Amino acid sequence: MIEANVIPVFVNRGSFIELSGRERAQALFDKGTWRELVGPFDRVVSPWLPMQGVAPQFDDGCIVIKGKISGKPAVAISLEGAFQGGSIGEVSGAKMVAALDLATIDSRNGKPTAAILLLETGGVRLQEANLGLAAIAEVIASILELRQYAPVITVIAGTVGCFGGMALAAGVSSYVVMTREARLGLNGPEVIEQESGKDEFDASDRALIWSIHGGEQRVEMGLADDLVEDSLHGVGSAVQRFVRAGKPTQHRSEQVELYRRRIVALDASSQIDPLALREQWKSLNSKERTR
Amino acid sequence: MEDIEFEYPNAQRRITNRAHIGVVGSGDMEVLFEPSEGAWAHVSITTSVNGFQDAWKVVFDRFFSRFDGSVLIQVNDAGATPGSVLLRLEQAVEALGQ
Repeated sequence: MIEANVIPVFVNRGSFIELSGRERAQALFDKGTWRELVGPFDRVVSPWLPMQGVAPQFDDGCIVIKGKISGKPAVAISLEGAFQGGSIGEVSGAKMVAALDLATIDSRNGKPTAAILLLETGGVRLQEANLGLAAIAEVIASILELRQYAPVITVIAGTVGCFGGMALAAGVSSYVVMTREARLGLNGPEVIEQESGKDEFDASDRALIWSIHGGEQRVEMGLADDLVEDSLHGVGSAVQRFVRAGKPTQHRSEQVELYRRRIVALDASSQIDPLALREQWKSLNSKERTR
Repeated sequence: MEDIEFEYPNAQRRITNRAHIGVVGSGDMEVLFEPSEGAWAHVSITTSVNGFQDAWKVVFDRFFSRFDGSVLIQVNDAGATPGSVLLRLEQAVEALGQ
């Protein structure tokens, strides 16, 4: 009894971030409804990594699970952030594209199938450069196809975050769910610092990084839809809600004019601070997005 | 990168399940356990870190001094220490039993 009182609620919440990529995907589905496609026992590994002296992983860091969420057909595609930074190579990219395209085929045949992308990734796998870039283009094309029929829900839980080409995939999703620990951005902090110098962006300043790339800022700016706590319940219930909601009437990435006007209206004469940016950004509002 | 193979002809207990444990993250590894086709065990390791064949041999000798299942074991390793290797193997044995 005493121990039960001492263990803080925080420890007992069931962290989502602490789960592996596979466990994260499994945790989203209704009990007993899911199965993994092209799993580790199928040994579809990257042919390119061993050539460069890097041990491959049997699922190439991409886990595909099909099942039901809130009773509706869904497929989860989860990137394992601990393997090569969750990077996209030829095999992991092909798995993502095939899963999205199968969901599109099912959706066209009268069985709308939502896709949940669990993105923990720095983007293209450098060892498979061009193939990774091609994979990103294909993933984005497949998302644009599927989202006409069923919602594509991106979850960025952390702590790797979602960067590079996969940030574009998050951008064209129907909904984006983030935690406070998660980050979303095209170029990662280290890349910006390396290209433009420490004065432009100090990659060791964590407060600065999270105030720009962090989940709270992304949600406050309307670039992500829901800020959830790092727990099975927090992430799971947000995903269920968006699966039930179905596809939005208008996607964020279709509102080109709105975002163009917002960028034009920005006052760049002085240093923009992240908190003020939220207000400035929202003052030019469109009609509410329908969920 | 190095590929390492071991045989354990005395591991003769029949295994029917399979198991997958771990991630090829820095200092970690993944392992597959599957039933072998005969009454023996075979281990194949792909590791990013060269020159530790002897350490692998010691770890698997110790593992098979207590485990007698005829399994095919495949490891992808990104620099797991001997201690973490044994832990991953024991996790896999536990998963086989479930």
